[in-house]
Amino acid sequence: MSKNGPLSLGFHTLVVLFMMAPLVVVCLVAFTPENTLSLPTSGFSLRWFRAVFERADFIHAFYNSLILAFVAATLATLIAVPAALAITRYTFPGRDFFNGLFLSPIIIPHLVLGVAMLRLFALMGVNGSFFWLMLAHVVIITPYVLRLVIAAAIGIDRSAEQAAESLGASRFTLFRQITLPMILPGVAGGWLLAFINSFDEVTLSIFVSSPATQTLPVRMYVYATESIDPMMAAVSALVIALTAGTMILLDRVYGLDRVLVGKH
Amino acid sequence: MSALAAMRRGGRGYLLSTPAMALFVCLLILPLCLTLALSFNVFDYQLGVKNDAYTLSHYIDLFSDSYFYEIFFRTFWISALVTLLCVLIGVPEAYILSRMGTPWRSIFLILILTPLLISVVVRAFGWSLLLGADGLINQAIQALGGRPVKLLYTPFAVVIALVHVMLPFMIIPIWTSLQKLDPAAEQAALSLGASQAKVMRLVVLPQVMPGVLSGTLIVFGLSASSFAIPGLLGGRRLKMVATVVYDQYLSELNWPMGATIAVVLLLANLLIMLSWNRMVEGRYKKTLGA
Repeated sequence: MSKNGPLSLGFHTLVVLFMMAPLVVVCLVAFTPENTLSLPTSGFSLRWFRAVFERADFIHAFYNSLILAFVAATLATLIAVPAALAITRYTFPGRDFFNGLFLSPIIIPHLVLGVAMLRLFALMGVNGSFFWLMLAHVVIITPYVLRLVIAAAIGIDRSAEQAAESLGASRFTLFRQITLPMILPGVAGGWLLAFINSFDEVTLSIFVSSPATQTLPVRMYVYATESIDPMMAAVSALVIALTAGTMILLDRVYGLDRVLVGKH
Repeated sequence: MSALAAMRRGGRGYLLSTPAMALFVCLLILPLCLTLALSFNVFDYQLGVKNDAYTLSHYIDLFSDSYFYEIFFRTFWISALVTLLCVLIGVPEAYILSRMGTPWRSIFLILILTPLLISVVVRAFGWSLLLGADGLINQAIQALGGRPVKLLYTPFAVVIALVHVMLPFMIIPIWTSLQKLDPAAEQAALSLGASQAKVMRLVVLPQVMPGVLSGTLIVFGLSASSFAIPGLLGGRRLKMVATVVYDQYLSELNWPMGATIAVVLLLANLLIMLSWNRMVEGRYKKTLGA
């Protein structure tokens, strides 16, 4: 029942091809048996995937990224949920400022945040520390959790909360028994979105990580500026697979279209 | 509710925002202020940063040196071109998507928007495979009898990869404003004898303008500060603002100069956003007659 003409569908096909092409090519090259990046490949081989698993630096960077994203997303959720409830439940002077400040890392270039944190960490003598890299990630991913939790907290019916409150439920019980279950899709979706954003982050991390705390995207960036071989394609294919897995999860708990275009 | 109770409830608002506020003061406001201060510090190639001596020389260098002027100019035109291409592709594509039937619409929307969530390093690498000397595009050109073209490490490579990264940021706000378009308005215009082109111009386009304008803002801002794409696809010579900041910090070790460029980039970004917002608001007030 498409209302689009052939010209529109042709244009649409080109756009979809354009968006998919680099990702598909990466996945195809990852299975090449050859030493070069040429396409089409002559056969099918897993040698470059094996090569990835023999690279201790990439494995180390992968675990760094995984732990970093997991802890940072969790901390971001722990601070964003109360902040979102403050912003949606209470009126207080400066509320709009708080909201704007907490969302601002989305519009401040990561490059600027990276050099700013590098300066702070250098003055504190903690540059390259995993803990501070993780806190830097919390700052840049908190807005994503905040936005989703605010949307969830505005959308829910307040009468259940009011009923529980009038029946004498404590604030903690109220939150745990009533509010949290109702905003849970927003919280879980926010956590996953924060996880993906932390896992992918390269621009800020390149400034505030050391060789020991290098994340996977930083390791890949540095590797790609030095040499290009099919191992890079194999790592990329693994990253695509992991991201796709997280996205499927995100779709189940919150709805991918809601995350991407804010549909309710 | 009494005023006292209102204040108490407001107090809980502050209490709940305290963890976030503490983090954002320490790791956002403080480092930005330190970087602003750093941009005024004297730098000496032998001695490094002098923390107690201040100068305006980095700002003067930035605005008088043709090297920096060239880089800011290049960053500006590349970002403007990327933004224009995203509008030209994003508006028709979002419109086509919104006219699709139920299963296809969600499928294609997700296909087009999800690359957003895949690491930009991976996408840059994908483009280097496509655009390389023996990449697929050059192979296609040769198969058609043409001579291979140098695509990688040119502005063309940076622009095309940036369009790929930025297109979702353009389509999302346009899509959102298209959702508010009542299909009945289009049908009414058509049934009253308006041509398809006239419907587009008088009914659809005015509706999507707010989306286009906010998409323009996001795409321009992100392109102007993009780092990984020019870093991986622009090569050593084709520098943009972000890659120059990186060089100043990590190869030249001239942090005050790097800080100056970063501050100017941030201020330019904020200035463009605010003036754009004001312009757009003014226009909409006028058209709404307020």
